[in-house]
Amino acid sequence: MAIRFNVNGTSHEIDSDPETPLLYVLRNELALNGAKFGCGLGQCGSCTVMVDGKAALSCITPILLLEGRAVTTAEGLGTIDNPGPMQRAFIEEQAAQCGYCIPGIMMRAQALLQENPSADEREIRQALDFNLCRCGTHMRILRAIHRAKELMQQASASTEKEAG
Amino acid sequence: MTNVDRSALTRRSLFVGAGALVVSFAIARHVPAQEAGVALPGSLDDAPFLDSWIRVDASGEITVFTGKAELGQGIKTALIQVAAEELEVTPDEIHLVTADTARTPDEGFTAGSQSMQNSGTAIRNAAAHVRALLLEQAAQQIGASAGTLRAEGKAVHGPDGRSIGYGDLASAINLHVEAQPNAPLKQQGSFKVMGQSLSRVDIPAKVTGGQAYVHDLRLEGMLHARVVRPPSPAARLVSVDASAVQAMPGVVSVARDGNFLAVVAQGEFQAVKAMRALAAAAQWEERAMLPDRADLPAVLRSLEREVGTVAEEGSPTPPSGAQVFRARFTRPYQIHGSIGPSCAVALMNEDGLTIWSHTQGVYPDREAIAEFLGMPIERVHVIHAEGAGCYGHNGADDAAADAAFIARAVPGRPVRVQWMREQEHAWEPYGPAMLAEVEATLDQSGRITHWNYDLWSNTHSTRPGGAGALLAARHVGESFAPPAAQLRITPSGNGDRNANPLYAFSNRRVLWHFLPDMPVRVSALRALGAYANVFALESFMDDLALEARVDPVEFRLRHMEEPRARAVIETAAERFGWADGSLPAGQGRGFAFARYKNLAAYMALALTVEVDRSTGRVRVVRAVAAIDSGEIVNPDGIRNQTEGGIVQATSWTLYEQATFDDTRITSVDWASYPILRFASAPENVAVHIMDRPGQPFLGTGEAAHGPTVAAIRNAILNATGAKLYDLPFTRDRVQAAMAL
Repeated sequence: MAIRFNVNGTSHEIDSDPETPLLYVLRNELALNGAKFGCGLGQCGSCTVMVDGKAALSCITPILLLEGRAVTTAEGLGTIDNPGPMQRAFIEEQAAQCGYCIPGIMMRAQALLQENPSADEREIRQALDFNLCRCGTHMRILRAIHRAKELMQQASASTEKEAG
Repeated sequence: MTNVDRSALTRRSLFVGAGALVVSFAIARHVPAQEAGVALPGSLDDAPFLDSWIRVDASGEITVFTGKAELGQGIKTALIQVAAEELEVTPDEIHLVTADTARTPDEGFTAGSQSMQNSGTAIRNAAAHVRALLLEQAAQQIGASAGTLRAEGKAVHGPDGRSIGYGDLASAINLHVEAQPNAPLKQQGSFKVMGQSLSRVDIPAKVTGGQAYVHDLRLEGMLHARVVRPPSPAARLVSVDASAVQAMPGVVSVARDGNFLAVVAQGEFQAVKAMRALAAAAQWEERAMLPDRADLPAVLRSLEREVGTVAEEGSPTPPSGAQVFRARFTRPYQIHGSIGPSCAVALMNEDGLTIWSHTQGVYPDREAIAEFLGMPIERVHVIHAEGAGCYGHNGADDAAADAAFIARAVPGRPVRVQWMREQEHAWEPYGPAMLAEVEATLDQSGRITHWNYDLWSNTHSTRPGGAGALLAARHVGESFAPPAAQLRITPSGNGDRNANPLYAFSNRRVLWHFLPDMPVRVSALRALGAYANVFALESFMDDLALEARVDPVEFRLRHMEEPRARAVIETAAERFGWADGSLPAGQGRGFAFARYKNLAAYMALALTVEVDRSTGRVRVVRAVAAIDSGEIVNPDGIRNQTEGGIVQATSWTLYEQATFDDTRITSVDWASYPILRFASAPENVAVHIMDRPGQPFLGTGEAAHGPTVAAIRNAILNATGAKLYDLPFTRDRVQAAMAL
């Protein structure tokens, strides 16, 4: 039986084996590159996406758990021509070397900042402790997340202004 | 190269002698430089034709070719900058093609921090040459002297306002000519693109889910394969009943050949499930062949078969009665640990075999795979596609061979192979374990008079090579044996990289005790022997400075004569605030220096650590580096690589060692092989770049690793008085050293 869930604002009916980890469905059935296979064990965070706004490890999340839920991947944060605040921050700070771990880290940070828009350094590091970076880009990644926090705060301030 | 114009040769010599660079350049351009006995800059010496590097089509489109590959180090961006600068165009007007056996020059491996020296230098000189030819052609067409012309916006503009586009000019000139050694390079004052922190061209796609990696290739009709590796390095496949696996949903085929076992399926997760079932169905005979990890020094000594002299000066024997100091340092086997496991896509069809791989060397990989499959080399095409950062020779070439071998059996269907995490951890070649013994003598004035250094190590490169370098080729029934390792002493070094101190010691002897047998599979891990050798050298410098009661920075400067080395040492110390000795409680500070390979970037580093005395936990708090990479192309690129090197080497130093019992590798995931996490990342890492206009490019990417390990070790010494000699500096070891 097909499992229905939403990915980046579009609803999908997925007919695969319900045991299939979400990661394989995102990458293969939906041709989304953002979430990466890193370990398949939930140890490295490369596959991190958001499910209903919370960070989740797509490599160990079978799709049978996703009926009716909303998944967001890096593609859901913006596009190359119109990057979202998190993506803009990583570009501005040049916070990547190989870049393979970055989409997972961005999704972890996005979930954190949506939950806690004023997360401090300690809270950011704590949240990112689930994610591994092998190139040693940690310092830039931290700077980028602080920058994303600013950009998101600015965006929400201007939205409130418009609303007001 | 028979078409030598002797008269031009003569005239060129005359003009060069007279310093008439532009004129002689223009006149002499048809003389093969190599035939004239002149070395061409960088990789031009191997691929001298301009159109191997740069092509300008009739519409003015500029394509630049490099045999080097993007490994996440930002090389694409830096090469585009170099080409754009010399061609007087903007970076977005350059289309760059990277490592591809059908299109680009053969530049061997993207390794050893040599891409800027080799490819960057070649492209810069070729671009300058092409610019000169375009200007010369424009001068003829416009009827003005080349000196009065200006290149801009892909056109050459004359003094009278006339302009001719690069496309029109290029149609009138032949770029299939050999480069000359004296292309008129632009100088720093006139740079528009070089020296700027141009944003990396690859980052936007990587952060927005663009197709950026070989993992992201989705070819029409593509199948997914998984390999079932043996449970241990020396295991033999006794039997396997694959019938149940064959019947699993989506399974296309099971491949078995000797100890090589793989499954091909329609869907990726189907392939994973089938792989697990196949692994469970396979019967292996295992053998206890791995060395005793508990006593690595004895193991390494027992493997010694040959000794090479790396350096020798004066006498190795200290005068009688002199104060002699000794120490022994070890480094364990360590992994590359790419975050994305190795992956490749291969397609066999009527055109031959095409392989997309994150290999560091498309040409050597092609040769190895062609030999493995018994195919003519021209039927094999290897295209570089990015992987996750590799940091040296990881599973990339092996995954390419896996994909190629499997794809041959399903012609017409692209096959994607991706390794599992445990396969990457267990099967990639490791950075070799090393042992180093140092003996040094101090005179009355606190000067080192004798330095004897002995290191025990395997080779640090088992790259292809031939088919025997590939795992699949070793595992198939008609297997290929890895070639015998050879001891070679070279200027850039291997296991002996940076074993010879750059310091002015009047007596020295440096020996490499060579271990040809490799009980654990090893190859190039970033910095090769330099990581362990600089660890030993720069740690012992601090021990000797303590004995001599001299400040460690001062002690280094007293022994260092090279001005550029002194400059990075002084700059790092100054930027760090070394002269101000105050530190927060519980912290210590350490210093270290190395010139990578003794011929690439100079790097000095001062850092602080905090040591938790109750647990032995060490954390780097603040690091300040100074680096001299020669002429700067992209400052932020140098900074990014150097920051990354410091943080990565911090992880190696504090946490990392591959583990195994007598039969199996036991560090097979991130739980059994922990690395640095965000909570333990430093608070601040600052990199100061020395401005060296007009100097040759010096490799940057591996310069930080040696200084980092030694600076951490010296900072722990400063904080606690504990001297550490064995890597990694685990909590247990730090506690034990503090208790001494």
